[in-house]
Amino acid sequence: MKQFLSKFSVSSFFDAILPVFAALAAFGLGAFMLLALGANPITAYAALIEGALGSWNAVAETTVKAVPLLLVGLGICIAFRANVINIGGEGQMIIGAIFATLIGLNFTDLPGWLVIVLAMIAGFLGGALWGAIPGYLKAYFSVNEILSTVMLNAIAVQLMNYLLRGPMIDPAQAELASKIPQTARLDPLFHLPRLIPTRLHLGALIAVLLAIAVYFLLFHTTLGYRIRAVGYNPDASRYGGIRVRKQIVIAMLLSGAFAGLAGAIQVYGLNYRMITDGSASGFTGSAGFNGIVAALFGQLHPLGTIPASFVFGAMLVGANSLQRAMQVPSAFITALNGLVVVFVVSSEIWRRRRQHRRRLTARIVEDELVEATIKPETEAQP
Amino acid sequence: MIEDLFSTTVLVGILASGIRLATPYLYAAIGETFGQRSGVLNLGVDGQMLLGAFAAFYVALTYQNLWLGILAAIIVGGLMGLAMAYVTVNLQAQQGISGIGFYLFGLGMSDLLFQKLLGTVETVRGFPSLYIPFLSDIPFLGDIFFRQNILVYLAYLLVPLAWFVMNKTTLGLKIRAVGENPEAADSLGVSVARVRYFSIILGGMLSGVAGASMSIALLNVFQQNMTSGLGFIAVALVYFGGWRPGGVLLGALLFSMVNALQLWIQVKGIQIPSDFAVMMPYVLTILVLVLAVQRVRPPSALTKPFERES
Repeated sequence: MKQFLSKFSVSSFFDAILPVFAALAAFGLGAFMLLALGANPITAYAALIEGALGSWNAVAETTVKAVPLLLVGLGICIAFRANVINIGGEGQMIIGAIFATLIGLNFTDLPGWLVIVLAMIAGFLGGALWGAIPGYLKAYFSVNEILSTVMLNAIAVQLMNYLLRGPMIDPAQAELASKIPQTARLDPLFHLPRLIPTRLHLGALIAVLLAIAVYFLLFHTTLGYRIRAVGYNPDASRYGGIRVRKQIVIAMLLSGAFAGLAGAIQVYGLNYRMITDGSASGFTGSAGFNGIVAALFGQLHPLGTIPASFVFGAMLVGANSLQRAMQVPSAFITALNGLVVVFVVSSEIWRRRRQHRRRLTARIVEDELVEATIKPETEAQP
Repeated sequence: MIEDLFSTTVLVGILASGIRLATPYLYAAIGETFGQRSGVLNLGVDGQMLLGAFAAFYVALTYQNLWLGILAAIIVGGLMGLAMAYVTVNLQAQQGISGIGFYLFGLGMSDLLFQKLLGTVETVRGFPSLYIPFLSDIPFLGDIFFRQNILVYLAYLLVPLAWFVMNKTTLGLKIRAVGENPEAADSLGVSVARVRYFSIILGGMLSGVAGASMSIALLNVFQQNMTSGLGFIAVALVYFGGWRPGGVLLGALLFSMVNALQLWIQVKGIQIPSDFAVMMPYVLTILVLVLAVQRVRPPSALTKPFERES
């Protein structure tokens, strides 16, 4: 009981809600930006919340937006815990989506459920491939993963553009002059089932279940322990017999795999085809970046990332109603997200300082105890 | 078709545009070199560039003065740098992630300002190409080197200047010391915080100019996300160049030449899908990173916050 209490003490509660305070501060700064834009911050934020949560349909839309954020965020939890900065979520989503779409377009005579399962696996593998490349380059060639993932994002976009204009183009579009770069629509049998009569699809359930799975992976398996050990102290891990390079590749591979799955679910649950406007965000809606934000906000904890993704999904949905109701461009939300990231990472200093203080106190107590036990002995000696 | 590639006019065209295209990379990557040499990785370059590009474009359009536009870009980039410095030096925030935050902020903010203040895509009369008597008339070489605009020349002048500051001045010595061994620098009385502030703010200013060079010298328009990740490439070029201005120049030139070649291939409609042509510089950068990173060691204190033992 005592242990239980000390684990959930006031100070660890404070640590857990620190990002909330940080986000509120960012929203405060956002309020000044809204004022400068000539919008009343209170009505603007009210419109944001109303648009995101005001009806069951809105809640469903928010959840739908949260799904890719959560999946990408889970991958981020794994990678960042290994101290690998994966900003290749955009590219990994795209490759996962391409792999998954190929399944649905080519195995048309298989039963629907089987195609869906195969497509999800394909998406997972596609993302894993696109994540493993920078992981391997970092582990064995010490290429900075931030840079290689950025490059691989650009390469994935061009690969998508090429495939959707050429080999994978919708046969109907290929005959038209417009040649819209999109694939054929997936057979309705292959669509992810809807949960309630909104756009809310099975992907939401998959994502939440996977969040729980990632929690167990990270905190209750040897692999998870190794990944965290490598992130915490690579030198000590190496000394302790952990193959550091291998863990880095695994962490990046898994991280990419979850983003790839997000891409696959985006196609099978929402769009039912791939279409490109030439940019990455045209397909991903910047989920590859926003997933990082969500994971950070969830303190890189898989379960914390669930509500965090919902919050940022709400921001994205609310951004649209903000634009409609107040003529505040949705770019405001992008800027606000940026502020939230900056404020949340900056707020970490208070947690570190408290930890530092706690450690100091513990050391002082320890010293006193040691002194108390040693003293009688020293006095006893002549 | 292939023999077209080797005709002198084409070659001159590709080389000239390669040299021109390197301009924003040079400003941004040289600025980033200062930051990283002092131990701070700034991933927000692209956001700083976008805000700089917009500030320069808007001021140049409103006041019809290009140099005032450059000044605006410097101020805006410097302010972004100041914020980054406060967050990474005083608050000791994780540098990679806070950089992403600043990137998102710049991406959203520049778009927001563009939509609110301008609304439609407009063009501005950017810096004209300079005619230098005699030099511009040299056959071929004149077309390649001496018919560029002033910002291009300044970008190339910046390289030896940055080398000089970094290697031959006390300031440069302090920057390098703080990036390699902040504890030692601190014990010798160098203010780690002040040196890092200086380097990050300088980096931000140069990123602002990099953005301005796109919006009022090369493309002469402002569009939402017009850099499309150029700032991230600039960060890659710093690694590529082994944290040396000369190496950065080499990387920027290589990248831009391949880019110029790929643009020309697209215009020519040669039978390579244009998407693969666009992909070329990125693939090349990864390959070169694999080869280049092996040789040079990054500054020891890169991404490590410094806290004085009290």
